[in-house]
Amino acid sequence: MSDDIVAGIRSGDVRAIARTISRIDNGDPGIVGIVKALHVHTGEAHVIGITGPPGSGKSTLVDKLVRSYRRDGFTVAVVAVDPSSPFTGGAILGDRIRMQAHATDEGVFIRSLATRGHLGGVSRATIDTVRVLDAAGYRRIIIETVGVGQSEVDIVRLADTIVLVSVPGLGDDIQAIKAGVMEIGDVFVVNKSDRDGADRVVREIKGMLETALVNGTTPPFALAGHGVAKAAAGYSDDPHGLPPVIKTIAETGEGVDSVKKAIEGHRAGLDQAGLLRARRLANVEHELRSVVTDRLTALLERDDIRSRTKMLSAEVVDRARDPHDAADDLMAAMG
Amino acid sequence: MERKIRVLVAKPGLDGHDRGAKVIARALRDAGMEVIYTGLRQTPEQIVQAGMQEDVDCIAMSILSGAHNHLFPRVMELLKERKVDDILVIGGGVIPESDIPFLKSAGIAEIFGPGTPTKVTIDFIRANLKRNS
Amino acid sequence: MDDKLKQGLERWNLGIEKSLARFPERRKDFVTGSNAPAERLCTPLDIEGDYSDKLGFPGEYPFTRGVQNSMYRGRFWTMRQYAGFATAEESNKRYKYLLQQGQTGLSVAFDLPTQIGYDSDHPLSRGEVGKVGVAIDSLADMETLFDGIPLDKVSTSMTINAPAPILLAMYIAVGGKQGVPPDKLNGTIQNDILKEYVARGTYIFPPEPSMKLITDIFEYCAKEVPNWNTISISGYHIREAGATAIQEVAFTLADGIAYVDAAIKAGLGVDDFAPRLSFFFNAHNDLLEEVAKYRAARRVWARIMKERFKAESPKSMMLRFHTQTGGSTLTAQQPDNNVVRVTIQALAAVLGGTQSLHTNSRDEALALPSEASVRIALRSQQIIAYESGVAETIDPLAGSYYVEHLTDSIEEGVWKYIRKIDSLGGAVKAIENGYVQQEIQDAAYAYQMDIESGERVVVGLNKFQVEEKAPEGLLRVDPIVGEQQVKKLAELRARRDGAKVKATLAAIDAASRGTENLMPLILDAVCAYATLGEICDVLRGIYGEYQQKVIL
Repeated sequence: MSDDIVAGIRSGDVRAIARTISRIDNGDPGIVGIVKALHVHTGEAHVIGITGPPGSGKSTLVDKLVRSYRRDGFTVAVVAVDPSSPFTGGAILGDRIRMQAHATDEGVFIRSLATRGHLGGVSRATIDTVRVLDAAGYRRIIIETVGVGQSEVDIVRLADTIVLVSVPGLGDDIQAIKAGVMEIGDVFVVNKSDRDGADRVVREIKGMLETALVNGTTPPFALAGHGVAKAAAGYSDDPHGLPPVIKTIAETGEGVDSVKKAIEGHRAGLDQAGLLRARRLANVEHELRSVVTDRLTALLERDDIRSRTKMLSAEVVDRARDPHDAADDLMAAMG
Repeated sequence: MERKIRVLVAKPGLDGHDRGAKVIARALRDAGMEVIYTGLRQTPEQIVQAGMQEDVDCIAMSILSGAHNHLFPRVMELLKERKVDDILVIGGGVIPESDIPFLKSAGIAEIFGPGTPTKVTIDFIRANLKRNS
Repeated sequence: MDDKLKQGLERWNLGIEKSLARFPERRKDFVTGSNAPAERLCTPLDIEGDYSDKLGFPGEYPFTRGVQNSMYRGRFWTMRQYAGFATAEESNKRYKYLLQQGQTGLSVAFDLPTQIGYDSDHPLSRGEVGKVGVAIDSLADMETLFDGIPLDKVSTSMTINAPAPILLAMYIAVGGKQGVPPDKLNGTIQNDILKEYVARGTYIFPPEPSMKLITDIFEYCAKEVPNWNTISISGYHIREAGATAIQEVAFTLADGIAYVDAAIKAGLGVDDFAPRLSFFFNAHNDLLEEVAKYRAARRVWARIMKERFKAESPKSMMLRFHTQTGGSTLTAQQPDNNVVRVTIQALAAVLGGTQSLHTNSRDEALALPSEASVRIALRSQQIIAYESGVAETIDPLAGSYYVEHLTDSIEEGVWKYIRKIDSLGGAVKAIENGYVQQEIQDAAYAYQMDIESGERVVVGLNKFQVEEKAPEGLLRVDPIVGEQQVKKLAELRARRDGAKVKATLAAIDAASRGTENLMPLILDAVCAYATLGEICDVLRGIYGEYQQKVIL
């Protein structure tokens, strides 16, 4: 049964792929075997993460990138992540609207995911979803998330190349993507660049990147970008090797090919500089930690452990034990 | 394990009246479902392919232009061709009573006419899902 | 006098507060059909401002009391039923029937492929041909549509937007064949693309080239077709999409501002085109709110034209409008009740000073209207005109404390939205970023939830229901219509002068890359029997297609 599913996914069967993603999304424990079996068949795809604030035109940009990649002959998958309502748990996933032209193209697979209340959860579901699509043979996989906070960034972090989209006229402009997020960008896009203030946004992003360079606060990913720029022509023409800042008008397709070129250049650069492995190592390390954290959290919720926790807490309050001793006891009980 | 009902809300054909489709999309969301909204001017092929990729439990279509007798059965035909038999398909819009038997015989599970409370549609979807996992 | 009134009101208020403890009112909050507060009682204290300044006289600025000095004492509003279905032959028969029944103007409904610029043989047209209106592929269909109807004797309104230049060109060409010169043609094209993006959905091109086509028409008609209403800026569909009365007026006038801006930017003089702008509003069930809405709309538009655009001709400041009763207020349940709803709505439009009126048929929540239903709808207008007496005195509700108070509060709400939209960079920008759509959808959803909770009663729908049999005698469009139309089209393509078609299309292609007015070239193409789809395809190639912005 599970072999059939794996074979179905490998042969590109839409239903097998789609059902498996649902089971991953639902946290179905029975899916672990399939994900495990798929793992050896992954690693070929180039995974591209695209994020930016609401209204920045990401979906339109993704639509145009898909078109451009299809012209080059690549198969493409898109995973579009949107927030669930914190009140009802429901969600309206509307990113497909701008991509429906590709719905009947056999070489394109589009899947919408909701965050279902916990971004941590979806970022892990996204990793496995990408694995399924990778094993199914899609050669470019685009993950699109809305938002610019740390948690959304975690979702795109598993990508080989990260594209940050901003847009003029959103009030405090790039302020929104400053904190802790700027430094993970490999390619910066200023969309809707026919609007007033586009050049200012470009200048601000460049300024911020330069500051990071001068202060030496440029974190590992951007440093990788630095190396990449030297290694790969076509990625960035910045004299310091900083990530490129590209103006686009996704609506008309203007600048989209430059974005694609930068993404491809980045990937080629990672390869040439031997940095792809380093990057994936970091990603996997991050994933491993979160898988383990998840398992520990689940364990803590197990009935016997919960009641033991209660009992131990009472003993600590009654001064029959100290907290460290109680924790040792709990860890032992968890095995 | 958290199971969510996923519904594709689509406007097949050329008709641009999407007030009903948008209201139902919001109501389904507020009922805790995940709604994939595909917008206007969808062909049956686009709807079916999107429904499969999104692995939805239900496809909900709305037509006010009178093209339902052509477009709804076409969606059912394509689903059958692709051997998909576990997606619930429902329709709504301005659809004369006398067309309903034909649409049901084509496989549309239910037709919701003007004035149907959203709760009726929500309850119908919950009660008629074709799969549990 | 004010002091005496104030004291009296205080006393009365105290009295009622006391009695409310024992005899509470029917509900806690009373609201209008649009969820605005409805006052318990209005007095002269609720009316502010100066009579001459705010109301004035009929036919005079700010036109609150109407755009003509004699209003319906001169002549009634134009009774104009929107009709069209199946083939041009069928629709032509319906038009002749309506004219015979005393209708005074034609209103053409086109099918969706025509409205979206596809020929009947396009794959996307399958199942849609002739369904919601008549299918027009080429001038040949248009000749059939108006066969035996002298175009210098009727005024014709065409509900066409994205491909408006093409249908207008066809109308001009049919006039030419009848020997009627363009300056003798009377009528209206809807030509309002902005509301298509937010409410109606039959867009083709993105906003910028669409606005260019619209200003081309303004310019062309100012010279060649001087009696033509070049645009009908429509709140109707905005309201149908769920907007409130205030939103209907505000978003419509904001669209109007955008069109005037575009025309001025294109180099036209405001008084050259503004007199030909017309409007199109909805009529819902809250009679007094609707009357106030039309009055407020006239006053706001007059001020916009005079103060913002510095128009000098009073004709530029007049908001002339067509009204259609509210399709979304009709119920599929107990459809005969719709006759009553339509009558109340039509009455509102007349009391509000409409220039023309379409009354919906009782079966429109079920299907296309049958001939019998259309007749009742038309008769409802005729009864209001000839029997009710409301047409004998101009603006008869003026001076009602409540109606004037409502007029003021709607005006205030409208200005608030207009300022907000200005701050977003105008209507085009506000639509592009989804602001207008979001506002409408929130109102639509709130309305639906009010009905479902029973907070808002719709007779026959959520109260006073009965068991019903399925209605009979509904109009159906024979599916064969699609095949017939495809066959006709194939014959036309074989018959016409292909080289001439090619040349005229090439001319449009070349010109659409620049700023030249496309109207004369489109007229050449339709006269060569180039099809609507062929012309739109050329323009799609240059302009691209609009991508829907959905905000949920």
